[in-house]
Amino acid sequence: MKEEIIIAGFGGQGVLSMGKILAYSGLMQGQEVSWMPSYGPEQRGGTANVTVILSDERISSPVLNTYDTAIVLNQPSLERFESKVKPGGTLIFDGNGFHKFPTRTDINIYRIDATEYAFANNAAKTMNMIILGGLLKVRPIVQVANVLKGLKKSLPDRHHHLIPMNEKAIQTGMELIQKVN
Amino acid sequence: MTTNEIIDPANLVYTKTKVMNDTPMHYCPGCSHGVVHKLIAEVIEEMDFQEKTIGIAPVGCAVFAYKYLDIDWQQAAHGRAPALATAIKRLLPDRLVFTYQGDGDLAAIGTAETIHAANRGENITIIFINNGIYGMTGGQMAPTTLEGMKSATTPNGRNIALNGYPLNITKLLAELPGTCYVTRHSVHTVANVRKAKKAIRKAFENSMEGKGTSVVEIVSTCNSGWKLSPVASNDWMVENMFPAYPLGDLKNE
Amino acid sequence: MNDSKKHTVKEVRLMKGNEAIAHAAVRCGCDGYFGYPITPQSEIMETLMELEPWNTTGMVVLQAESETASINMVYGAAGCGKKSMTSSSSPGISLMQEGISYIACAELPCVIVNVMRGGPGLGTIQPSQADYYQSVKGGGHGDYKLITLAPASVQEMADYTVLAFELAFKYSTPSLILADGVIGQMMEKVILPPFQPRMTEAEIREKCPWATLGKTADRKPNIITSLCLQAEQMEAINLRLQKKYRDIEDNEVLFEEFSCEDAEYIIIAFGTTARVCQKAVEMARVEGIKAGLLRPITLFPFPTTAISNYADRIKAMLTVEMSAGQMVDDVRLAVNGRIPVEFYGRLGGIVPSPDEVLKALKDKIVIK
Repeated sequence: MKEEIIIAGFGGQGVLSMGKILAYSGLMQGQEVSWMPSYGPEQRGGTANVTVILSDERISSPVLNTYDTAIVLNQPSLERFESKVKPGGTLIFDGNGFHKFPTRTDINIYRIDATEYAFANNAAKTMNMIILGGLLKVRPIVQVANVLKGLKKSLPDRHHHLIPMNEKAIQTGMELIQKVN
Repeated sequence: MTTNEIIDPANLVYTKTKVMNDTPMHYCPGCSHGVVHKLIAEVIEEMDFQEKTIGIAPVGCAVFAYKYLDIDWQQAAHGRAPALATAIKRLLPDRLVFTYQGDGDLAAIGTAETIHAANRGENITIIFINNGIYGMTGGQMAPTTLEGMKSATTPNGRNIALNGYPLNITKLLAELPGTCYVTRHSVHTVANVRKAKKAIRKAFENSMEGKGTSVVEIVSTCNSGWKLSPVASNDWMVENMFPAYPLGDLKNE
Repeated sequence: MNDSKKHTVKEVRLMKGNEAIAHAAVRCGCDGYFGYPITPQSEIMETLMELEPWNTTGMVVLQAESETASINMVYGAAGCGKKSMTSSSSPGISLMQEGISYIACAELPCVIVNVMRGGPGLGTIQPSQADYYQSVKGGGHGDYKLITLAPASVQEMADYTVLAFELAFKYSTPSLILADGVIGQMMEKVILPPFQPRMTEAEIREKCPWATLGKTADRKPNIITSLCLQAEQMEAINLRLQKKYRDIEDNEVLFEEFSCEDAEYIIIAFGTTARVCQKAVEMARVEGIKAGLLRPITLFPFPTTAISNYADRIKAMLTVEMSAGQMVDDVRLAVNGRIPVEFYGRLGGIVPSPDEVLKALKDKIVIK
């Protein structure tokens, strides 16, 4: 099994940490993982993206130009990465603020309105976990149990009380995600 | 007195400190370096620190300081002695670590290293030889060269409009909270030599007590660079250098 | 260390390459780190400051006022026989070159890490490999070499930190870890090296009899210097250095091969670029192109013999770098005109993609 994922959005949307949680989850189930962020000033309010690879084999290139799955959380990221999803691959987008929508017909496109949900339910801090839940519904590449184990591993002890909230967010995401093509 | 009487230890009135070896010095006759070297060596012996001292030699005339004092030495790149001393003292806190630097080394190319080591309050001693000139390279202008003073690169005298002002870096160092003892001396008379030695001893003791950075400036002559006889150099120093760089403690905490 | 025993069990961690260097440094008994912040490697010092090794191993970590001060602090520490290191990225490494030349001449062991970014000048903070010449062809003034290790994974960032110190002390010479922004910033699995205690002063006096720890009554003063005004003596020092570099060339070459056994075309690449090229080789193989990859791990000493041997067996080579073509010079010297050696590179902070490399392989060498 090998899954090559790009997650892209605005800095502050939790793009890098979502990637980190995925990577930790892969680690928990014994996979090879790589997490390669865009770095520097891009993190500070501009566009941030992270490439996450989960694989049963040694990972060669951590830098890719085509992906099995793209998660795009803003318009520029959709424009940049829609064309880079492999045919038959998966594109997940959060429609908040979008004025142009994905058009490809040779990939599986899903919409998850996590931003809208998070604001309506005062759950902004777990927005990226909602999206992760959506991803795991349509691409069950890691088990939810391993996500929670990964969270436990990556979060400092003082934040462990937040894990149940994150688990709930994953469930919410699984319910929110919808196929659009 | 017969020769035997003279060499009889009972009649000994002076002996060279064992911290200094017998290597002939390369310094010009009349240069202040030799005297300052001797004072450092004597203080190290008196403190019984020969086995616990690491000196940092600069670039400049004193680059070869390591030839004359029988202690462990590191020779630094131009201006970087305080950086070396910082690391050595932090890794070997029970050692006595001092730098020996000239005005070009300390106050021009090494200004950043000097100020930051002093500002961190590194427990080191900086011995600063200020003769207002680059002796080693042939008498060019130094940061401490006085206004109107001639040098190889200020043949008509230091012109403020062209070359800027003489830098009183010791005064600046005294302003820093990291320094505990900043003092200015000379070695042109016996009395001044004695005072300078006391200052060096105090600085070394401060370093070992962890009080912060101590700076001992020695206003010095460079008769070769100044193109004066040793005696005339001393007079010129008293007349011209001392008003710009007055002797005494700038800070003693 | 009392704490160290708890950590001897091999544990798989997920961390950035920069973080792995910091952890490995503490674990391998490093005595002192001196650095100045610069992207994309600031996590090295940040991690060390979080680890607070001064409370456990006694390691000193100090943020210096400049890269110039950092490298000279390393000189001072190394002159005392202490395991010392610094890290920076390209512009900062340029600033250190004076100190590196002095350290090489004074024959002091230390480790320097360069997490390369795109230049010249202030350039970009994105990954690059354009400091190859600076690393292996000099950098500072004079005839000297740095043992240069090029990691290609987070695991190797940790492993080569340990190895770099070992080689530095074995040959009493500075080692350079030449990484790039990708390896510094990416997270991968890593098994950290076991804890080794720092050298005691008695051990340093035995292993490094030249160290300036204070002159004991039984020996002459130790003097660390790179100054020697007598040209004949300076030539002798140079010849001694050169002999050391030949010994390093004879004994320390490291490289890795991938799919080279039956290859007709071989890509030569190091660091991150080698990972990209490995993927390109996998893609080429799917298309039936017999491609392989040779990854130099030591850039000095360079795997000249291994590359030369392939020149008699294969049709052509492609060197891929994140530069305008620097290592390709050394590949061409090894091949010495026997087969074509082509070059493909991206500049200024762009990482080539596997597709691009595959296309370059096909366009530049396979069709010929």
